[in-house]
Amino acid sequence: MQRAREERKQEQGAQEEVKMKMENTAAGMPAAEAGTPATTAGTANPETIPLVVARDLAKRFGRVDAVNGITVEIPRGQIVGLVGPNGSGKSTFLKLIAGLLRPDRGEILVAGRRPGLATKRLVAYEPEGDCLYDWMTVQQIMEFVAVQVPDWDSDKARSLLSFLNLREQLATRIRNLSNGMRARVKLLITLSRNAPLTLLDEPLSGIDPTSRLRIIQSLVSEFRLGEQTIILSTHEVAETEGIFDRVIFLEKGQIKIDGDAQELRARYGCSIQRIFEEVYA
Amino acid sequence: MLAGNATGTGLSFRLDFGSTRPIYLQIIDEVKRAVARGDLQPGDRLPSQRELAELARVNPNTVQRAFREMEVTGLVETVRGQGTFLRNDPGLVQEVRLEMAQMAVVQFVAEMQRLGLGLAEAIGLVRCMWDGKGQAQSQAQSQIHGQIQSQVPGQLQDQTGADASDTGTRPGDQNR
Repeated sequence: MQRAREERKQEQGAQEEVKMKMENTAAGMPAAEAGTPATTAGTANPETIPLVVARDLAKRFGRVDAVNGITVEIPRGQIVGLVGPNGSGKSTFLKLIAGLLRPDRGEILVAGRRPGLATKRLVAYEPEGDCLYDWMTVQQIMEFVAVQVPDWDSDKARSLLSFLNLREQLATRIRNLSNGMRARVKLLITLSRNAPLTLLDEPLSGIDPTSRLRIIQSLVSEFRLGEQTIILSTHEVAETEGIFDRVIFLEKGQIKIDGDAQELRARYGCSIQRIFEEVYA
Repeated sequence: MLAGNATGTGLSFRLDFGSTRPIYLQIIDEVKRAVARGDLQPGDRLPSQRELAELARVNPNTVQRAFREMEVTGLVETVRGQGTFLRNDPGLVQEVRLEMAQMAVVQFVAEMQRLGLGLAEAIGLVRCMWDGKGQAQSQAQSQIHGQIQSQVPGQLQDQTGADASDTGTRPGDQNR
């Protein structure tokens, strides 16, 4: 499977230094710098422009400014943590990127294009809460999604099925699954796609510790280094901070802090979890 | 909590995100500790970067950085198509042991100085603790403390463990 992906990349004439299997290489892409502006000098090579660009992005619901002026650039290959209290704009921001909402002000671009039909194939979006047809079985959900999306990877689906301990649940209806199991199914269908951008809205919220652990491990072990970008919103900062390249703190629809995870730790002299606690105290 | 093919390496990651030491260096520290302990031998194959990232629950970019650093410093070498191997040098174990020991000493010295202890005192403590004598000493101290407490009239009871001179039971002693 890895070989097929590599050949595809070579055919596309990928210019990135990254061209490897994680297991067998010494050279590699340096850890992406947070907020590195796109160097779009001359030709706009899709491989080098930032995957997500937001400029003074805003979205209002009635009188509430859910997102109120977000400006950010997210390059390819990063795992970004989006953190903040309820109502800080995380879900709205993700929906704007996914193209489920239209901005009221400002601009949002995914791979240089406005979110819509053209970008849908680039984005695998997992919303918060119940979103699966609860009368379907796990098997049926998988088959359903497999035909809906252009990038379904059955090998990955199979291995995730085992890793997430869902094999015995194939014939179980979604409504008969526990919260933790349902969360695993959601993740399975999201990660079985080879989409360049994966958006996860609170994938760990309200589920048991074992499921949370399995989900985090799946994210890490399935991460397509150099190819995949993940933006994940969560409250579970302590458990997830190890996986983030970069952390964006939202408050009242605006970015409060945005930085490389390691740099933030060095700057504040503590864990991201501590920063989170201090910032929203 | 070891998963997949990483079992048996004895690598367990207690990463401290609150520490100023970058995560990728902490990962390398753990590999070195495993070598010093003998859980990993010179020439052994390390778990794949992916396995390690999963084990440590850490960004694969970070693991990649750790691997690159280990390669640059000669701790490991990567063979295309086969994996990453610890340097096959018997001297590696001692080298790594000394390095980790030095790091521990640096921290110890810093803490002692922060507490205001002099060199002689610090050495005395180390000597005391070295063969477990230190343990016995602090047990004795708490026994004495317990005796004094139990002589105070009233509710206070000896709660620090067996007193060698205590032959009978006291009112209130249920489990001794």
